[in-house]
Amino acid sequence: MKLDEVQRIAHLSRLELSDSEAKAILPQLQAIFALVAEMQAVDTSGCEPMAHPILFLRDLAQPLRVDQVSETDQRTVNMRSAPAQEDGYFLVPRVLE
Amino acid sequence: MEWEVVIGLETHTQLKTQSKIFSGASTHFGAPANTQACAVDLALPGVLPVLNRQAVEHAIRFGLAIGANIAPVSIFARKNYFYPDLPKGYQISQYEIPVVVGGQVEIIFNGEAKLIQLTRAHLEEDAGKSVHEDFIGPHGEPSSGIDLNRAGTPLLEIVTEPVMRSAAEAVAYAKALHSLVVWLDVCDGNMQEGSFRCDANVSVRPKGATKLGTRCEIKNLNSFRFMEEAMNFEIRRQIELIEDGGKVTQETRLYDPDKKETRSMRSKEDANDYRYFPDPDLLPLQINSAWVEQVRASMPILPDVVRKQWQSEYSLGAYDAQLLSQDRATAQLFTALVKLVGQPMAKAAANLVTGELASALNRANLMPSEAPLVAKDLAPLLERVADGTISNKIAKEIFTILWDEAIAGQGQSTIDAIIDQRGWRQINDTAALALLIDQVMADNAKLLEEFQAGKEKAFNALVGQIMKASKGTANPQQVNDLLRKKLT
Amino acid sequence: MSWHMSTIALLSKALAAKQVSSRELTSYFLERIAKGSRWNAFLDVNPALSMAQADAADEIRANGLAGPLTGIPVAHKDVFVTQGWHSTAGSKMLSNYQSPFDAAVVAHLGMPDEQNPTAAGMVCLGKTNMDEFAMGSSNENSAFGAVLNPWNPACVAGGSSGGSAAAVAAGLAPIATGTDTGGSIRQPAALCGLTGIKPSYGRVSRYGMIAYASSLDQAGPIGKSAEDCAWLLSAMSFHDPRDSTSLADSGENFARYLSQAWSEPQMRNPTKPLSGLKVGLPTEFFAEGLAPEVAKAVEAGAQLLAQLGATICSVTLPKTKLSIPVYYVLAPAEASSNLSRFDGVRYGHRTAQYTDLQEMYKKSRSEGFGAEVKRRILIGSYVLSHGYYDAYYLQAQKIRRIIAADFQTAFNQCDVILGPVAPDVAWRLGEKTEDPLQMYLADIYTLSTNLAGLPAMSVPCGFNQNNMPIGMQLIGNYFSEARLLQIAHQYQQATDWHLRQPSEVT
Repeated sequence: MKLDEVQRIAHLSRLELSDSEAKAILPQLQAIFALVAEMQAVDTSGCEPMAHPILFLRDLAQPLRVDQVSETDQRTVNMRSAPAQEDGYFLVPRVLE
Repeated sequence: MEWEVVIGLETHTQLKTQSKIFSGASTHFGAPANTQACAVDLALPGVLPVLNRQAVEHAIRFGLAIGANIAPVSIFARKNYFYPDLPKGYQISQYEIPVVVGGQVEIIFNGEAKLIQLTRAHLEEDAGKSVHEDFIGPHGEPSSGIDLNRAGTPLLEIVTEPVMRSAAEAVAYAKALHSLVVWLDVCDGNMQEGSFRCDANVSVRPKGATKLGTRCEIKNLNSFRFMEEAMNFEIRRQIELIEDGGKVTQETRLYDPDKKETRSMRSKEDANDYRYFPDPDLLPLQINSAWVEQVRASMPILPDVVRKQWQSEYSLGAYDAQLLSQDRATAQLFTALVKLVGQPMAKAAANLVTGELASALNRANLMPSEAPLVAKDLAPLLERVADGTISNKIAKEIFTILWDEAIAGQGQSTIDAIIDQRGWRQINDTAALALLIDQVMADNAKLLEEFQAGKEKAFNALVGQIMKASKGTANPQQVNDLLRKKLT
Repeated sequence: MSWHMSTIALLSKALAAKQVSSRELTSYFLERIAKGSRWNAFLDVNPALSMAQADAADEIRANGLAGPLTGIPVAHKDVFVTQGWHSTAGSKMLSNYQSPFDAAVVAHLGMPDEQNPTAAGMVCLGKTNMDEFAMGSSNENSAFGAVLNPWNPACVAGGSSGGSAAAVAAGLAPIATGTDTGGSIRQPAALCGLTGIKPSYGRVSRYGMIAYASSLDQAGPIGKSAEDCAWLLSAMSFHDPRDSTSLADSGENFARYLSQAWSEPQMRNPTKPLSGLKVGLPTEFFAEGLAPEVAKAVEAGAQLLAQLGATICSVTLPKTKLSIPVYYVLAPAEASSNLSRFDGVRYGHRTAQYTDLQEMYKKSRSEGFGAEVKRRILIGSYVLSHGYYDAYYLQAQKIRRIIAADFQTAFNQCDVILGPVAPDVAWRLGEKTEDPLQMYLADIYTLSTNLAGLPAMSVPCGFNQNNMPIGMQLIGNYFSEARLLQIAHQYQQATDWHLRQPSEVT
């Protein structure tokens, strides 16, 4: 991993890293990825990925919900932690398309 | 240099469900902001998605209608990006393994039937909406209002292969797809409400080239007219750009219907790495063959099957068949009408439904399913024309009366009653017509002179006078024949 | 009466016998919490609300409708959202967040009502401190200060459920809930001399648990004994249709084997209750890196199980070391996505100064998240990004399957796996904060069970020469929680490690 990649990934994750922060974090990330390199060296050809521990032993399917409205209007209480709101809308700095 | 246009369409259809795809909030359009956005839709800390069965069933229905493969197992994946109308910071979609694969949609383009190949269709959730009115934020900053009522509405994203070669063809496909999803009742097709939105992938290449040119995506086209304008603009833009020595950059663009141009979307400029991965909060969607067969058994007859039936049984032309099969209500009305009046009058029935009825619905801003007249109201009208009791012109007037009565909710007069009340019985009797003709000729000596002087127009004027004198009830064909005989 | 030294079983009896009311008990613990602030175990208390719940519990009892847990106080890790208490997940990002709903676990343990008629009727004492967004193994990553270990306040309490562990160890709560993604119940339990269990994945609803890594997170109890944990786990485990990964057949009486012999319901030979039990010791769990005193205590634990009738054998879990990079690819990947919702738009921290949306996002998130969280988000975004997905994420998922398969091979030779929980006892505050990798490596014995989704327990099995607690880990096959608890219970009948009190705690 390199410094410009750190900034690229930071941007992708909407994190702001100052130059010094990026420089400080880079060796930490590199150390972690050195460990990860050991993992990459393993031959996993023919092996299926396991996305879900729950599926390891059982062939479970996604449960399906009956199509009905079960939620009432809870706007006031749902929005009470909103940093900025008006007339029932969440406010964000204007996005120009 | 001759250019070839390559277009692929991605259509987002909102599926007709009561509740959202992953939560129990309502999908009803038009509610006040955020009154239909529950904790799951707002992505509050700790919430989890659970899949709506009806959304899956709609996807199955669509897949069957286009002859596609329904995946026995499909996976939901997260598409990660930041945008205010995307509360989780990712959209739950399907990536590598979608629910529907392949399939075709038949279109009629330039008078020919063509099959548009589909790549896939997958389930995903809709995002919320930004409103750019004059909101001012807490620090005085110009702000947008975010309404998440729409967030979580089920979508079926339908993707075509890049097989369309003109904007017009792409629009023909969009219209056919629109008809189909409404026909199947999986989508309400209301484009103003955003139920049916197209993204067009447009590229150009020199004619004969095999490699695809760089494409641009025009997003969120929600009217057929704008679709065609936008694509045509984009085609011209790309061609001009290349001919001027430039290169097309792969980007996302929006259509501005006022300026009539496409422009680059600022917010999506930087190439987004969506970092797709299977959503760990959802298990694989399993659709077994029993379910598929259950859906298949409940499907309506498909429009192209109906069209073929009409064309063979009623000798109906392709154009009429297409018009009549645009929606189920119209098709059902037509079918019922022909059953009542008989196959020989199929063409007349088609004309009535696609003519008078369609215009009336249009003027009154009604959907075909809301038509106030049904087949048994209209059947006698056709019969009376066929048996010569009234002329076509009079039939139109009677239609208007029936329509107005129905709209006003008054009792329906019978057609025979109207004919008698208005004295609209067609005059077919030769003797009576002869008398009428003599009378009109006597009153229109000038026209007679003009005709004898060689002016053919005067003949038509005389016919017109005769029709007028009979208050439109003279049999026009007979009048023509008799007058012609008399004057030669 | 020193209620804080009592187990849940004892408290339940006392309440039933009307020796004490829930109001008295709750008041007792709230006072201890107020006096016990030095441990920094709690992040939020609401005494009025707790007392109101206590009164409601007493009324239920007066109406003759009390169950075994009615009126017993419990502390909830701040990762569970609660109405009436803030829910911060140990982060500045959510420092003032008020959830409009309760987590499933909280509701199901709390007061019965229309939605939850079978709720256990426990009284919530407050929310406990934790590593930020459950990322950490020492509770030093909390935005609200580290948690101190009641056995030695200069030492860490472990993480990420450090607050819950310290609360129980310091007698501020009789039992607490925690969550375990890579060891976060087991390790703090071990470091604080407590018993904890991470159930099989899917046993406990994750609805209302602020997500860290969705396919690894699982909630469980931290308490004074296996019996206490069995009671709480039984009340916590139920099928929740709001969580698609919640097992349909959840909901068991996990205490049902406690008094039985291993191989048959009847306890024919009370000195050999575990006769027939095969215990496997993975060679990789006793390799270099394990502190000698810890190894000794765990081996002594194995010996005691043998004395109780079990046979000990050797098994192998070849990918033990590899579980570290696999976990530190998968967990950050899921976390990087789960934490994207924290963007300052609808709730949580929004930065004070911004001129446009992108600046608002970046500043809010950078100010709201601590260093460890940022590190893991970066790792996670990286391993999912275009070009790296196959080499990292997919590769990790494949090895994950191999790890799960290796456990199955081991379980062909034994009923339960025994090993250490952590390589050493609780270390000094600040000792490992400079090098995050060091702390990752210390998770070596616990990570693989989360990857496989297996149930695992931490059971106190001794102390080192500085009187710092040591825990041993019992790993069972899927859905064998009741059996794990049975083994631990019999072990605890024959030992008293779990009954020791820290001298620092009065």
